[in-house]
Amino acid sequence: MSPVIPLLILVIPLAMFLFLGLCGHKMSHRWAGILGTTGMGVTMVLAYITAFTYFFSGDPSFIDADTHTRLQAILFNQDWLNFYDKLVIRLGFLLDPIAALLLVVITTISFMVHLYSNGYMRDHHGVWEKGFQRFYAFLSLFSFSMLGLVVATNIFQMYIFWELVGASSYLLIGFYYTKPSAVSASKKAFIVTRFADLGFLIGILILSYYTGSFDFTDFTSAPVGGPDSTVYRIDPATPSHILSVFQNSAAPIFMGGSVLTWALVLIFMGGMGKSAMMPLHIWLPDAMEGPTPVSALIHAATMVVAGVYLVARLFPLYLMEPVALDIVVVVGAITALYAAIVACTQIDIKRVLAFSTISQIAFMMVSLGVARPEFHEGLGYMAGMFHLFTHAMFKALLFLCAGALIHAIGSNDYTAMHGLRKYMPVTHITFLVGCLAIAGIIPFAGFFSKDEILTATGEYSTFWYIWMSAVAGLTAFYMFRLYYLIFWWKEHKVPEGHHTPHDQPWTMTLPLVILAAISCVAGFVPMGNLVTWNGVEEVTNPNFFTNLGNLNWGVASVSLAVAIVAIVIATIMYRKENPLPAKMKAALPHLWEWAHHRFYWDELYQFITHKIIFGCICKPIAWFDRHIVDGTMNGMAYVTNKISYAIRGFQSGRIQLYVLWYLIGAVVLAAVTMICVLC
Amino acid sequence: MLFSNILIYFVIIPLLMLGGFSLCRGEKAVRAVAITGSVLLLGLSIWVLCDYIALRRAGETAEMLFQGSWMWYEPLNIHLAVGVDGISIAMLLLSSIIVFAGSFASWKIDNIRHFFMWLLLLSTGVFGFFISIDLFTMFMFYEVALIPMYLLIGQWGTGRKEYSAMKLTLMLMGGSAFLMLSLIGIYYQAGLHSWNLLEIANNAHIDKSWQYFLFPMCFVGFGVLGAMFPFHTWSPDGHACAPTAVSMLHAGVLMKLGGYGCFRVAMFLMPEAANDLAWIFLILTGISVVYGAFSACVQTDLKYINAYSSVSHCGMVLFAILMINTTAMTGAIMQMLSHGLMTALFFAQIGMIYGRTHTRDIRLMGGLMQIMPFLGVGYVIAGMASLGLPGLSGFVAEMTIFVGSFEHADMFHRVFTIVATTSIVITAVYILRVVGKLLFGPVQDPHHRELTDATWWERTSVVTLIVCVAGIGCFPEFFEWLIRYTFNHDIFHAIPAAIQSVGI
Amino acid sequence: MDINILYYLIPSLFMFCCGLYGFITRRNMIAILISLELMLNSVDINFAAFNRFMYNDQLEGMFFSLFAIGLAAAETALAIAIIINVFRVSENIDVDDVVKMKN
Repeated sequence: MSPVIPLLILVIPLAMFLFLGLCGHKMSHRWAGILGTTGMGVTMVLAYITAFTYFFSGDPSFIDADTHTRLQAILFNQDWLNFYDKLVIRLGFLLDPIAALLLVVITTISFMVHLYSNGYMRDHHGVWEKGFQRFYAFLSLFSFSMLGLVVATNIFQMYIFWELVGASSYLLIGFYYTKPSAVSASKKAFIVTRFADLGFLIGILILSYYTGSFDFTDFTSAPVGGPDSTVYRIDPATPSHILSVFQNSAAPIFMGGSVLTWALVLIFMGGMGKSAMMPLHIWLPDAMEGPTPVSALIHAATMVVAGVYLVARLFPLYLMEPVALDIVVVVGAITALYAAIVACTQIDIKRVLAFSTISQIAFMMVSLGVARPEFHEGLGYMAGMFHLFTHAMFKALLFLCAGALIHAIGSNDYTAMHGLRKYMPVTHITFLVGCLAIAGIIPFAGFFSKDEILTATGEYSTFWYIWMSAVAGLTAFYMFRLYYLIFWWKEHKVPEGHHTPHDQPWTMTLPLVILAAISCVAGFVPMGNLVTWNGVEEVTNPNFFTNLGNLNWGVASVSLAVAIVAIVIATIMYRKENPLPAKMKAALPHLWEWAHHRFYWDELYQFITHKIIFGCICKPIAWFDRHIVDGTMNGMAYVTNKISYAIRGFQSGRIQLYVLWYLIGAVVLAAVTMICVLC
Repeated sequence: MLFSNILIYFVIIPLLMLGGFSLCRGEKAVRAVAITGSVLLLGLSIWVLCDYIALRRAGETAEMLFQGSWMWYEPLNIHLAVGVDGISIAMLLLSSIIVFAGSFASWKIDNIRHFFMWLLLLSTGVFGFFISIDLFTMFMFYEVALIPMYLLIGQWGTGRKEYSAMKLTLMLMGGSAFLMLSLIGIYYQAGLHSWNLLEIANNAHIDKSWQYFLFPMCFVGFGVLGAMFPFHTWSPDGHACAPTAVSMLHAGVLMKLGGYGCFRVAMFLMPEAANDLAWIFLILTGISVVYGAFSACVQTDLKYINAYSSVSHCGMVLFAILMINTTAMTGAIMQMLSHGLMTALFFAQIGMIYGRTHTRDIRLMGGLMQIMPFLGVGYVIAGMASLGLPGLSGFVAEMTIFVGSFEHADMFHRVFTIVATTSIVITAVYILRVVGKLLFGPVQDPHHRELTDATWWERTSVVTLIVCVAGIGCFPEFFEWLIRYTFNHDIFHAIPAAIQSVGI
Repeated sequence: MDINILYYLIPSLFMFCCGLYGFITRRNMIAILISLELMLNSVDINFAAFNRFMYNDQLEGMFFSLFAIGLAAAETALAIAIIINVFRVSENIDVDDVVKMKN
């Protein structure tokens, strides 16, 4: 495959960003929107071509036909910064199953969001949002960065784009920069993820120090056909070789873990930041201050799964250190439960969706963490990627629906909504599809991916299986609670002077319909044939089940039953106005209170940053600098000054005194000389 | 003979400009001379760069190119000796860019003729310093660069300007006293009756016990100018009180004299002591990096924030130099370039904002993005460069430093590298705090609504710097090559093999 | 009685000390000038004496004394001129009070 198409996939969004960023304010809003959308559309088509070629062309650089193994192909790799020898940052394009999958996901969602924003970013009278062109420029920047991230050929390229997605997320969350809450949310998002990236960076440093390389292919794969080849295949021998490097190089055991474990855990910390795992999750709910399409694109579908993608990318390496994977499981499982509980009590619909996102990403993390080659050939890995794909679709759908609702009502608060189903039928149906998908009802997308995650978890440990099933039940419950509260509950009352809410223009409804359609059918994608941890197509493996016929019906029926029970409970409690929710709240006052305040994590962070870091570190240091260090310097000047005042009497200008001192000096000198000579 | 050497024009052009200013009548003429001169200097440095590349590509392997030497004072064998390698050229380029941007930034200053005269005298010193390879003339140019600072801050400054100017000058002079001592020590200990850097490096070996004595003095002497903890306190006050162009030149170029000198004199001539005593200075510079960043978090004056941020970033330069390996040292030079450009950008814009709002207190400002979008965007870009966003210069420099430093085989060095990496988070904290308070949010003071955005000359200044910052950030390989070539051919002949093997 | 060099040096030393004492303690400019002359003359005596006793065949010391006397005369003239001018300005020739040019 020629490198032109992959290159264009990256260049078009970048060019859009530069063009719209520099010249956007001179263009009309409409044209800026059309240009941005078209650019993304072209990118999407190119990404589809690339992914299709990769999966289905049978090209020998993409698939080894004999062993049915999908390969990793480096389509281009340009040196960017040369540290020394092998430590070179290259900007390149690595195509492998997960990269191709992510290319499709990102460009699809991004295109939908670009299209949708044409309608969303103007009010009911057709007046464009201020900074509309800037919005499109940032969206393009984000798309560029995210695409660059997923096709990274080396871990430093990933880090570069990782930072860039962070920055574009910062810019987009703070899009309404006159709103103090948006500004502080964007700041929080950037700093929290930056803190996580510190771990990532240190992890990279450790890894590259011991292995002498940044390239993913050096970590996980072996070249196919000679060392100069640009085609690689995942080879468990490579990471075990790296492991032996760590074991042989007298690498110290640091606090009970090998250095490789520490490196992997630190890299996972970077992933925790971006993917909003506990305890670094606090930025994501606040990030909902950004425009809703941004939340759909960045904070639901693409950027937040970067952490999952990172672990998947280094998965063969993680397999070498199962401790690191166990940590991934524990962090993921706890986060999943926490976020699901919190989501049950939130009032702002975007926050509910945000916590739901955290919970679902935690599902993916757990799925990766439980994957072992000995369990169904690493089913968890495939399931995690599958869930990433389906979740991106239905969560983007839900967010875009929420955007449509917010656009219609002008508030994020569901108490202002209630009973909208008659006014906004398209939104209603598509939202329902999204809810069914996330709840895991057959045959919607979420059912398949979630079922496989649960199967994989069951193989790993029964405890976590029950735990995750409970979380899945909670998911169904809070989503349907949200659904009923928005669309049912009681009749909608239009406030005085407001127009009746109604469905949105086609630019907004079309993405909803498309995404809903995808959510209906995405479950039937034969993911097992496409994405596996070592690239081996599962057709050859009879133990593997991907689509309906091969489901593990035992697990599937249990999870389906749990989901249906949860939905029934939600229906009873929230379909009509009734006292049950209040009663439940009264029954569990503390839990409700804590969940409503998100278990006071924000307050804890507030305390740590303001009281400890600012109050106990920065302020004392600043004081020390002003008073001690500077004081020493000023003190020296002061002392010099005083001394010069003290001795200035010697320079009185009176000749006679000079003579006297001269005489005394001469006499003393003479006396000293005499004594010296005599003794 | 003297005039056939291209480098000497770096000193002659500013001197001619000085003459030009004394003939000028009226502001316009002064501006014309200043702009012409700075364009000439910029052109000259680009020309030297191209020439240098052409020579290197043609296979020229001499350590320093364009060498020339003219006897100045026979009894002590002092020469005016010039010569450049990739590092000096990078520094010359940086200086000329900042002089160029600074000339535009000080378009409307009182008593413009005298201002530019002193500014150009300062530039003469800076350029002279970078082209010199004779220790004595180098020191002389160093002093020439320092003295005008006193007058520039004292006369055109704001706030407690006399105090700051005095403090700055005295501290730097204290540093130069150490420096002078160590240079004389080197001269006598080398025993070659020569002040020439290359001759000393190639032919002399300074006794190790003397190195232990001279190296700390030399490093501290230059380190004062490089704002090394605890000798950095001149920097916040000095920057805060200096006028815009002076802050730009000072942070952008003058502080680089420190790093450059540490590398060129202290490390280059006394590598063994450098290797043995590095740990002391690593601790000090490591403290600088983190301490500067933490201090910046709670400042309320825009210039103080950037001054402390400079302490942190310049600390990184010295930190990396002390690692004594090619990658880290390349990173150090990159950081000098990067920090020079982005701090100049910061100070230029702070000056422009201050010129409009007449305050630098971030608590009194807010929402400036709505009022002056150009300056706002420029400030955000400068901030992003400072906190190390890929695609801008800061990232490239910092990552080179971190990777290079972490390659050091010694555990102590690696641990300190990790300590230094934490600064990237703290930097993000204070940069975003400022950006959030200053530019975003609602407009704090209704009077600010009437303010105007940047004028064309201010835009020229800002755009030049942004283009340079982005240029380094997007195409680092070129600069990396420029600097690395020098290291590969220059430094390791002087450093014993035992040290070379460390981490490389 | 053998007249040795001490017979010259001791009075000369005495004169010099008187001059020095006067120079340091006196506040009147004329008195200071006189003290100065006293010291100069004592030195002249030394010159002449050393020449006579140590280098009898040479005359440099004698000439130097003559030269010093001439210079002293010129200097006295100059000093008195200054003192008179000072007196005209400040009506006073006390050195402690002539502080106009200080500061």
